[in-house]
Amino acid sequence: MSHGSNSNDPSGGVVSTRTMEVAVAVALMIVGAVIMIASWRLGAGWSSSIGPQSGYFPFYVALIMFLASGATVVQQLLSRSKPSPSFIGRSELGMVLKVLIPVTIFVVLTIYIGIYISMALFIGFFMIWLGRYPWYKVLPVAVACPIAFFIVFELWFLVPLPKGPFEHWLGY
Amino acid sequence: MLDPFFSLMHGFEVVLTFSNMGYLLVGILFGVLLGFLPGVGGANGIAILLPLTFSMNHTTAIIMLAAIYWGALFGGCISAILFNIPGEPWSVATTFDGHPLAQQGRAGEALTASLTSSFIGALIATIVLTFLAPIVARWALDFGPPEFFSVYLLTFCSFIGMGRQSPFKIIASMMLGFALACVGTDQITGGLRLTFGTETLINGFSFLIAVIGLFGIGEILVTIEGGLHFEGRSAKINPFVVWETWKKLPKYWVTIIRGTAVGCWLGITPGGATPASFMSYGLAKRFSKDGDKFGTGMLEGVVAPETAAHSAGTSALLPMLTLGIPGSPTAAVLLGGLLIWGLQPGPLLFVEQKDFVWGLIASIYLGNVVGLAIVLSTVPLWASIMRIPFSIIAPLIIVICAIGSYTLSNAPSDIVFMVMFGVIGYLFKKLDYPLAPMVLAIVLGGRAENSFRQALLGSQGDLSVFWSNWLVGSITGLSMIMLFWPLIAKLIGMLRSRLAAPAGAAG
Repeated sequence: MSHGSNSNDPSGGVVSTRTMEVAVAVALMIVGAVIMIASWRLGAGWSSSIGPQSGYFPFYVALIMFLASGATVVQQLLSRSKPSPSFIGRSELGMVLKVLIPVTIFVVLTIYIGIYISMALFIGFFMIWLGRYPWYKVLPVAVACPIAFFIVFELWFLVPLPKGPFEHWLGY
Repeated sequence: MLDPFFSLMHGFEVVLTFSNMGYLLVGILFGVLLGFLPGVGGANGIAILLPLTFSMNHTTAIIMLAAIYWGALFGGCISAILFNIPGEPWSVATTFDGHPLAQQGRAGEALTASLTSSFIGALIATIVLTFLAPIVARWALDFGPPEFFSVYLLTFCSFIGMGRQSPFKIIASMMLGFALACVGTDQITGGLRLTFGTETLINGFSFLIAVIGLFGIGEILVTIEGGLHFEGRSAKINPFVVWETWKKLPKYWVTIIRGTAVGCWLGITPGGATPASFMSYGLAKRFSKDGDKFGTGMLEGVVAPETAAHSAGTSALLPMLTLGIPGSPTAAVLLGGLLIWGLQPGPLLFVEQKDFVWGLIASIYLGNVVGLAIVLSTVPLWASIMRIPFSIIAPLIIVICAIGSYTLSNAPSDIVFMVMFGVIGYLFKKLDYPLAPMVLAIVLGGRAENSFRQALLGSQGDLSVFWSNWLVGSITGLSMIMLFWPLIAKLIGMLRSRLAAPAGAAG
C-alpha cells in the first residue's frame, strides 16, 4: 500500500486511494461477517410454521455483501495501475475535519445541553474561527438564530427540540 | 378512455382551494430554496418536513411535499449554472455547459433555457402519468407476494446491470442498505433482530435519517474539500432575455423529445433523475451536430439534461403510486411519507383514495406552471442568498439537518446516526459507491423481505414460485437479464465483431 502524493493538492497526500478502497471494503466485510454471525444465532434456516426464519434474509444479504466487498478487495490488490493518486490531500483533509469535528461536538453538546445553546455556540464558533468576525457582530447572530428557531419550532409548529438545563430552568 | 380525464378534473377541483394552493406555493418556494442550497435538497427537505405534516390533512400534505419536489427540481439548476455547485445530484450535468454560459455573461439565457426545458419535460411526463397510472394500477391488482418480490428484484437488478460503477460496489452498497433495513423489530415474528442488546436500535434505522445524513451532511463534506466558500456569478434575467431564449428553444425539439423519453423511461424503471440527466446529456452530445462543442457553453447542453431530469423526477411517481416502488430517492422519501400516514401505495390507492391521488396529479400540472413563473422571477433573490457568508450558512444548514433528524422520533440518537451516515456518504461518494441503491434498499428492504418470506411461505419453501406463472416468470426473467446485462452486452459485442470480420476480410 503506497502512500501516493500525486493528488491535485500541492500540500501532499495523506493516504492513497487504493488504501482507502481496501480499508472501506474490508470494513464492509467485517460488518457483513458480524451480521452473518448475529443472524445465524437468530436462526437462519427454514421453519415449517413461519417459513424463512428471522435471520434468513439478513444472513444472505450480509453474505452477498461480504463476497462483493471481498471481490472489491481482490480487484484493488490485483490492480496493476500506476501508483494511485491521493485519496485526499493534507489541506483538503484539513477542510473536511474543520467541519466534521465541530459538527460532532455540536451533536454531542445538543444531546447534553439542548440544541438552542449548542446552536448558538456552533454558529458563533464558525463565525469567529472561519469568518473572523469581531465578537460584536457574532453575538447578535448567534443569539438571534436560536431565538428564531425556538419561536418557529416550539411556539409555532409545536415541535419539541432537545432542551437542556437552561431551558428547563426557564420553565420549558 | 376518457376516465382519467374526468378523474383529473376532479383532482383539479380538490387542488384549487385557497389553502391547498397556499401550501403549493409555500412548497415550491421552499423547494426552490432547498434545491438551490448545496447540502440540502429535495430529498432531505421533504425528509425534514415530513414529521411536521403529521397533523395535516393527507392530501394537503402531499401537495405541499410534492411541490417541494418540483421546486427542488427547478432550484438545483440555479446554483449549478451560477455557482458551478450542483444543488442536487441531477444538476451535475447542467453544470457542464451551464456554468460556462454564465461565465460568458449568458447566465440569463442558460437559466431560461434550463428552467423552460425542465417545465416541458415535466409537463409531458405528467400527461404520460395521468393516462398510464390508472392502467398500471388496475393491472397491479393481480399481484401477489411472488409478483411483488419479482418487481423489487427487477428494480434492484436494474441498478446493478445499468449502473456505471463497479457492480461489486453497487451490490455492496445495496446489501448494506438491506442489512440496515433489517435492524430492529422483525415484522413477521415480532422479535428483535440485530439490535446487539442496545435500546437505541429497537426502532431500527429510518430512511429519513439515512437520506439526511448521506445526501445532506455527506454532500457538505464533499463540497467542503473544494474550499470553505461558495463563489458565483451574478445573473441578469429580464423578460427580454427570456423571450429571446424562448425563441431559440424550438430549434432543439429533437433534444427535448429525446430527453423526455429518456427521463420517462428512467423514471418509471427505477433509475431516477440523476442517471437520466447524464444519459440525456451523453446522447445529445453524440447526436448533435455541435457535439464536440459541448462543455464550452452550448444551450443544447443545458436543455438535454434538464428535460430528462425533470421528466424522470415526475414519472418516478408512476411506479411509486401504482406499485409502491419509488423511481428515485426523493420519490422514496415521498413513499415513506405515504407509509407513515398509513396510506398503502398500490392499486387500492387509486380506488380508495381518489381525492388524494388525483389531487396530487392535478397539483403536478399546477406546480409546474406556477413553479416556472416563480422561479424565473426570483432568480436574483436566490443569487443574493449565496452572498450570506459561508461561515453562517454552513452551520445553519447543518443545524437544520440535525433538527430534521431529531423531529422524526424525538430520539437524540438519530442525530448521531445522521453524522454517521454523513461520514459514510462522504466516503462512499469519494470512492464511487452509489448511494441511491442503498437508500432504496433501506426504504424497500422491509417490504421486499416480507414479499419474499410470504411468497416462500405460500409455496412451502419452493423457490420455483418465482417462475410459477407467466407474469412472475417474465419479470423474474427480465431481472436476470438486467442483472447480467454488462456480460450479455459484451457477448453480443463479441458475436457481432466475429460476424463482421469474415465479411470485412472478404470485402
